[in-house]
Amino acid sequence: MSAPSQNLGAPSSRGFIALKWARIGKVARAIVSTHHRNIGFGYLTISTIAVILGTLLSWAMRVHLSWPDWQLPLHGPILPEEYLALVTMHGTLMLFFVLTVAPQSGFGNLILPAQLGARRMAFPRLNAIAMWTTAGALVVLLVAFFVPQGAPISGWTAYPPLSASALAGPGEGLGQDLWLFSLALFCIGGTISAVNLLTTIVKLRCDGMTWPRVPLTVWGWLTAALLSVMAFSVLLAALLLLFCDRHLGSSFFLPRGDFINSVLLPHRGSGSPLLWLHLFWFFGHPEVYIAILPGMGLTSMVIGNFAHRRVFAYRLMIVTTLLIGFLGILVWGHHMFVAGMNPFAGTAFAAASMAIAIPATAKVLSWIATAWRSRPSLTTPMLFALGFVSLFIAGGLTGPILAQPILDEYLHNTFFVVAHFHLIMAMAGIFGLYCATYYWFPLLAHGRILSERLGKWHFWLTLILAYTTFLPMYLGGLAGEPRHYSRLTGLNAPAQALLGSTQMIQLHITGAGIALGLAQLLFFINLILTLRSPRRAGPNPWFATTMEWAPHTFDEPTEPSKDLPALATFRGPCHYSEDGASFLPQWEPPPQQPASEGE
Amino acid sequence: MPTILTPPEIRRPRRPDRDRVGEGDNGSGRRPPTDKRTGGNGDGDNWGDSPQGRHGPRERLSRARIGLFFALGGDMMFFVALISVFFVAKSSGHFDAYSRYINDWLPTSIPSILWLNTAVLLVSSVTAEAARRSMFREQDLMDEWIGLGRPISRRAALWLSTTLLLGSLFLAGQWVAWDQLAAQHVFFDSNASSHFFYLLTVTHAVHLFLGIAALVAALVMLARCRQLAKRQVAVDATVWYWHVMGILWVFLFILLEFCQ
Repeated sequence: MSAPSQNLGAPSSRGFIALKWARIGKVARAIVSTHHRNIGFGYLTISTIAVILGTLLSWAMRVHLSWPDWQLPLHGPILPEEYLALVTMHGTLMLFFVLTVAPQSGFGNLILPAQLGARRMAFPRLNAIAMWTTAGALVVLLVAFFVPQGAPISGWTAYPPLSASALAGPGEGLGQDLWLFSLALFCIGGTISAVNLLTTIVKLRCDGMTWPRVPLTVWGWLTAALLSVMAFSVLLAALLLLFCDRHLGSSFFLPRGDFINSVLLPHRGSGSPLLWLHLFWFFGHPEVYIAILPGMGLTSMVIGNFAHRRVFAYRLMIVTTLLIGFLGILVWGHHMFVAGMNPFAGTAFAAASMAIAIPATAKVLSWIATAWRSRPSLTTPMLFALGFVSLFIAGGLTGPILAQPILDEYLHNTFFVVAHFHLIMAMAGIFGLYCATYYWFPLLAHGRILSERLGKWHFWLTLILAYTTFLPMYLGGLAGEPRHYSRLTGLNAPAQALLGSTQMIQLHITGAGIALGLAQLLFFINLILTLRSPRRAGPNPWFATTMEWAPHTFDEPTEPSKDLPALATFRGPCHYSEDGASFLPQWEPPPQQPASEGE
Repeated sequence: MPTILTPPEIRRPRRPDRDRVGEGDNGSGRRPPTDKRTGGNGDGDNWGDSPQGRHGPRERLSRARIGLFFALGGDMMFFVALISVFFVAKSSGHFDAYSRYINDWLPTSIPSILWLNTAVLLVSSVTAEAARRSMFREQDLMDEWIGLGRPISRRAALWLSTTLLLGSLFLAGQWVAWDQLAAQHVFFDSNASSHFFYLLTVTHAVHLFLGIAALVAALVMLARCRQLAKRQVAVDATVWYWHVMGILWVFLFILLEFCQ
């Protein structure tokens, strides 16, 4: 109850107890808090746990691929089915709990209201419920490791009929059920979070924050939230149908007379696994854009910030963001070229997929044009934004290749696709997250700024190692190295020769991948050192122009009933002078004297 | 001035002569002297002039409506997915041992009590709308705000309770329908079309159950909540949700009755 008020000398034991209670109380308040800042940190905590676990799983896979006889400590050798479980859990953790949660819900909660000039989110209580639902989803997913027969083995895409029957293998019983339950929770949490985000963007923009003045980051969040609302609902329906197939005797996804592990399935009806593929990828492809669109928006704003220029073709960037989102809904079929889809449908999906290259190229051109000859200050966030551009190009250029059914037929089940989506989605997504962390850290950590020297080491090591890890996968894929599988043994001579030819590449990738993971320790060291240091940055260390850097944006009212002064916006973002020397932030009222200059 | 909240669709310009009084009304006419944009602190205090986020209860109402719009948009996608699977399943078949293509879709005959249920649900939408409209009746609103009893909350509570009753009746009717089908040995796993009958009716019933929970919550708020605007928003959002579930049911019913 009472804090140690006059504890001038050595603290008494009562003082210690009171302090301890105060600290516990603070933690407890943060847990039940509905403040978007606490919720945002909650989401980032979920993502950090997931990314560490996901990385460890990927290391286990890599080491197994290079040294198949390697014994996992406390476990023993990795069996083929266990390898499939690793693939499944790595994909699920990284896709859902890292690449969806951190950029969209994590930074969305931490920064989005401030960028709109709002003091709160539209539905704080729903927001907290969404975060705890997502946390529950992570717990349920992780429990799958510890149930009899272990985690599911059907991949993060859970294709039936293997995912529809416990006969299909270890982990397809309770493990797969937990996976379904976890994702259902995730869908509900994700939808609630997206509804909150959308309402905040539509209704809570401050005075003067007209749509063309809204930062591109917010446009990214907006588009991603729209996609979330549509896509997660469809996934939820698909999960429900799969659950019915597994437990209630229906056959939405099971063909008649199907054998699994030489047992005839007793189901009636004439379902089709292709139906699941349609439903899943109707969710799955927008999911990719949910992961990357916030990063795209942030990259535009950060490059504009450090180049001290307006973002090139600002309105066009808004349009391309929305267009990428819209086209993203129409192209799910390009994941199914080799699944037995009607070839005519494949042609339509191929055309739509290649059309995405147009807005994506417009974005890349805008990033380059904004930075071109601007002599940007190469701070760590700027480096990560440029790294995002680089990875986006390196991964994206293979997109139009894979969008063609005839090429995809060869490449689809090889490491070529692994390289493609790890560069363009995983690595670019992670670079977006690092960019966000380094850029907004002074706001989130009360004026502390992450060490630039450590940050640059971190950036260069990560960039080089990311390319070293994932570019060779293109070569492995072109040589025919299959994905998904554990190290194949007992093969005939030609197959062995084929795999032998990529063995050196595999070894190289494993080494680079482990080094890439270890390089991230630099970031955590930087984080801990900075949080312990008292060094304070100025209120606007990057000379940024967007609303979140306005003074007192992150203040909280000292008394619950007291309102803070409302914020107002007077111009679009990135209002820099021609020579880049001076700037007018969005919150600064227009200067009074010059009458005719303003624009 | 009270937190009087008049959504655009509630304004009733049926008598243009009365409506013309509008702006300069001093309170002597039949309409209460309310400027809907006023903030309540005397002259010159106008919600329209205050910054975003302080525009008064209208903002809270539109926030709730926008949130509901997006949430229901997502929810409709859920049903769109289920219904598209319905059409796929209806038209798909398999090859038998003689390579003949067999479409084994057997339509499930729908219990006729569903007609009655549909009528009940439609009537419940009417009573819900009556509750919603009564929450925004200006004259009574003024009375309630001043403290002359609780005319609108009472009337709305009555209409909402009727809706609750009718909604429960609908759910009971659905239960009877499932019971009748079970008596005919038509269960979820009987055939492809029975999957869909149960899937669609049960998922809709779950949604309607949530609607009933929302009705109960709105009734509790009507009784307990002190802020008039909060009560209005609660009733408004609940009733819109109820309407959407009613329309969805009509659509699902047509699908199950005529499109099998």
